[in-house]
Order: sequence, then C-alpha cells, then structure tokens
Amino acid sequence: MSYLVLTGIQKRFPGGTVAVQDFNLEAARGEFVSFLGPSGCGKTTTLRMIAGFETPTEGRISIDGADITDRPPNQRNVGMVFQSYALFPNMTVADNIGFGLRVRRRPAEQIRKRTAELLALINLPDKGDRYPYQLSGGQQQRVALARALAFEPTVLLLDEPLSALDAKIRVALRHEIRSIQRQLGITTVYVTHDQEEALSLSDRVVVMSEGRMEQVGTPFEIYNFPTTPFVASFVGQLNIVPASIIDSGTGALTVAGQAVRVQRAFTGSSGRKVNIAIRPEMVSLGPGPDGSNRLTGTVSEVSFLGSIVRIRVRVGGDSGPLVSLDEFNEPTLVLPEVGATAQLSFPAQGPLVLDPNVEVGESVEELIAET
Amino acid sequence: MTGEIDRLHPEAAVLSGPRPKPRAPRGRGRVAVSWIVLIASVAYFLLPLLGTLIFSLRDRPWYQAYSDTLADAQLYRAFGFSLVIAVITVILSVVLLVPTAYWVRLRLPRLRPFVEFVTLLPFVIPPIVLVYGLLTTFNAPPLPLTTSDLGANVLLVCAYVVLSFPYMYRAIDTGLRVIDIRTLTEASQSLGAGWLTIMWRVILPNLRVAILSGAFLTLAIVVGEFTIANFLARPMFAVYLQLISGNLAYEPAAVALFSFAITWASMGVIALIGRGSGRRVEITGAH
Repeated sequence: MSYLVLTGIQKRFPGGTVAVQDFNLEAARGEFVSFLGPSGCGKTTTLRMIAGFETPTEGRISIDGADITDRPPNQRNVGMVFQSYALFPNMTVADNIGFGLRVRRRPAEQIRKRTAELLALINLPDKGDRYPYQLSGGQQQRVALARALAFEPTVLLLDEPLSALDAKIRVALRHEIRSIQRQLGITTVYVTHDQEEALSLSDRVVVMSEGRMEQVGTPFEIYNFPTTPFVASFVGQLNIVPASIIDSGTGALTVAGQAVRVQRAFTGSSGRKVNIAIRPEMVSLGPGPDGSNRLTGTVSEVSFLGSIVRIRVRVGGDSGPLVSLDEFNEPTLVLPEVGATAQLSFPAQGPLVLDPNVEVGESVEELIAET
Repeated sequence: MTGEIDRLHPEAAVLSGPRPKPRAPRGRGRVAVSWIVLIASVAYFLLPLLGTLIFSLRDRPWYQAYSDTLADAQLYRAFGFSLVIAVITVILSVVLLVPTAYWVRLRLPRLRPFVEFVTLLPFVIPPIVLVYGLLTTFNAPPLPLTTSDLGANVLLVCAYVVLSFPYMYRAIDTGLRVIDIRTLTEASQSLGAGWLTIMWRVILPNLRVAILSGAFLTLAIVVGEFTIANFLARPMFAVYLQLISGNLAYEPAAVALFSFAITWASMGVIALIGRGSGRRVEITGAH
C-alpha cells in the first residue's frame, strides 16, 4: 500500500526553468527512498515540494491518502533534517528537540520525557543542556535528526544531511540514521549526490538528471542493470570503450579489431560506431571462464588504492582504448608490469551498449530473470 | 662547522647567519606619521572637551557647577522624559523594522536597495525640515496633534522612530546577515511553527545583540536631539541644556559633559554586548 505518493509533479520557476518534470513515485510505509543525482538535477527541489517549501506547478502529493499539495509547511507533519543542521542557536539541545512539541502545546512532562528518550536514541543523554555551538558537527546533526523525529512525523525528509561532515563521521552517522529509521519504521526520503550513501542506505533509489527520473530501483538494480546511459555513467565506475557493431542480432561487436559479444540486446546496423560500458569489477586479468569475452593489450598503469588495485590496459595498439579493471588487494596478488602484455576477460552479460541511436532492449525484470 | 651548528641548533642560525636588515627609514617614517595623525585627531576631539571641563571647574568652589546641576530637579525630569521617549522609540522601531528587514531578506531581496535607501533618508533630510512638515500637517484638523501634550509626544516619538531608521535598520540587517534566516525559518515551519512563533521564539532571540546595539545608538541620538524637541515644545534633555545655557555660566558645561558621558557609556555597553556574541550566533552548521 503506497504511503507517500507523488503524481505528475512538475516545477517550473519564473523565467521558464523547469527544475522537475514528470516525477512519479509511490513509497510504501516505512520505506527508505533516496533521490540521487548531480547538483541541479531537481532532487532537492522535489524534496522541498514534499516539505511544502516549494509549490508544484503541476501534480499532487499525498501522504497516507490525504492530499497535502496545498497545505502550508507547518501543517504537513513532515520532519526535515537540513544540510546545515539549522539548529536554533539561542536554544539548548533539549529545547531544540522539544521545539516541535512545545509548538503543539504538549504538556511539559511529556516534552521532558520524549526529549530524554530521543537524547538516549541519538547517544547524547548528557548533552541536553548544551548549546549547539558546544557540539561537534556529527553531534549537531544527530540533534537535528532527533528534533525532526520528536513530534512523530508521518514522513522524514533529509536533505544531504551528511555532506558537511568528514568521511569517517559520515559513514558512522549514516548507519546510525538507517538504524534509527528502521527502529521507528518511518517513511524516509533522503537526498544525496553521494552514490555510496544512496546505495548503502536505501530500499530504493531514484536516480535523477536534469529534472527527470532516470531510473527507480533497488540499489542492486540501479548498479548492475542501469537502463539509461546516464545511470550507467553516474552510478559506479565505468569503462567506456569504443566499439563497432558486427551483428546486432547476435550481439557481436569489435573492440580495437578484437571480437566481443554483448548479451544485452541492442539494435543498430553493421559497422555503426558505438560505445560499450563495462564496470571495472566485471573485468578480470587472464582468459576467464569459457564463454567470456577476451581482449589483449598492454599494461599502461598499475595504481594501488589500498583494498583495491586498479590496472589500466591499452587494448590493441598504441592508439587503442584504455580499459580499467579492479583487483582486490591481497598479499599473494601478483601485479603485472607496466608495458607487459595482458589478457582481459569479461562476461557477455556485463556490458551495456551506449549510443543515442541504440536502445537498451530488455527491461530490468527480464535482465534479473536471466541472471 | 657553521653549517653544522645551523643544522643542529636552528636558533644558532640567527647568530651565524647574515644579520637582519635594519628597518628602512621610509617604514619608520610612515609609522611616525601615523602616530602624529592619530594624536592630532584625538587632540582635535578631546581638547574642546578638556576646555569644557576646565571651564566647568572655574566656579567657586570648583565642584559648584556639578552640585548645582545634580540638585536641579528639572535635569532629572528632562532626562527621565528623554529616556521614556527613547525607550518607546526603540520599541516601536523594533516592532516596525524587525519584521520589515526579516521579510525583505526572506522573500523580497530585490526590494532591499529601495528599503535601504528609504532608511537612509533621515541622513539627507534635516530635522528642521521634518519637524516643519509635522507642524504644518498636524497643526489643524483632521489631526491637530500639536494642540495637546499627548499629541505632541506622539509626533515626537514618530519623528524619532524615523530618525532612528538608519541605525536601527542597519543593526538589524547586520544581525540578520549573520544568521541563516531562510533555513531557520524553514526548520521552524517544518516543526509546525507559525509566523508569530518563528518571530518571537527564533528570530528575535537571535537578534538580541543587534537590537541592543541599535537601541543604544537610538538612545544616544534621542537624548541628544534638540531641533524636533524644541519645535514641538517637548521637555527633552537637549532643550533643557539649551535653556540653562542661556541663563547660567558654568552649569551648561557640566551638563554638556554629563551628556557626553551618557553617550560614551551607551557606546561602551554596545561594545560589551557585541563582544563574545559572534560564537553563539554563528552555529547553524556548515555552509
């Protein structure tokens, strides 16, 4: 049963800029949905329309069956966590958390009890009498989360809440956010440009670009079965390798004069130039199992990235395309020498053919069924 | 050998290395000129005050002017009246200008230059022109305010509210610039607050320092203002000062110094309030 529903949402700003167009989403109760995309793609604008800070030019928004499109923001019962925390500097942590309850004129004892519960939930039980300036960035964001949850909102909205924090705190805090969200079972919409955040936190991800929804799916679907060139290139690393179609019916192409086969259906005439998109983790050094695609080239670069070693191979001759592959780092790993000949392999199911004139033939459901 | 000492004992490099260049004569000259200008400016400001002080002490005994001044009930009535008018002026200015500055910053940023221009008009329009306009407008029906004390007081306060615009609006606008009012407003709205709650519980408390700064500036101006008070025949402090200077010799000097002391005390309070407030205000998170 859909809990948060956005239907035909469009936002056009004065001057003609269309920030969001044809946005449709149904989120179930308790679901965690992320809006992922580059800056300016419309994800924050969409979130702000749910919060009531922007009015849709077209379309309707409803929560639990009630149309809230025309309600002012202070009557939507939607909690929001801002990128800049937005804690009230003149109030203590406890007063910040209790603000929403005081506005709703709850009894003082109820406010006190609820505040104590939330301070415990965010692991800051002794910080109630501090002021925001006395807290670290991570602590401030936890207080902001507690404040947004205090009055038990119907939906929780988070607008890039971790982008101002350093990497380690970000990782720790996002697990905490997800844990709290699961515990409370609150429908959540999370806006981020960080794909690792979106993929690790979400039940579903909406990838957006230029105001449009590119793809909606689980993190697994988004990453492994991108349905548009934008999603393929935005989410995860991608090798873009120039190729030439031999026979689209059999999926045969050539890369730098070497034959490969792509299982994912595409259309295009023989000899047409296209690009093949392959994830680095799909490519392996060596001949691979039977049925794999194989390319021969020269090792161009070997980069040690900690847990990963990234190897770049120039396929074919000196002017051939570069293909990156990732190997997990381990003490027994034998790294190839730069300049050495290397053979690469990748499965036929892995690549995506990219070309404006070439369509991705199968739906996500069919691709999953095949795998 | 010298190089080795340099490596082991960095401080020794000062002894063993080349001598620092002596300060260039041109640099010393510039510092001297700066000091001269500063001393001359301070003297230009302080010498007349010193002269006033010396003059006020010429009475016999030397403290007579001060004791006569402090014994004059009219001084306290005039000062008390000025204070009351100043407080009412400040309250009305805050009630008028805080929502205006807030709304302009939040929703009408394009109007800011126009509003700023309007608030600067009191600098351009002399008080004599302002009070003349008030007298001709409110001397006769339908609003003959100048014909009663209460009406004249209302006109006085309104005139002072206008005079306070440049100081109060600037102070409030500066205070609003320091806080992220848009995000704080949206955060308040997301928590269920209406506009009155936002203004009373979120915006005003965070403008406390700015409002106090503007308030003390306004207080100093109101207490020292003469033209409007005189033409509206109000018993303000500056009018009292002008009255006694026509009749007495040394007491006006004492009262003048007294009013300077009030102004400096106001400035001192502004400086004290402003110190240490930045940290508490600047905490809405990273931007």
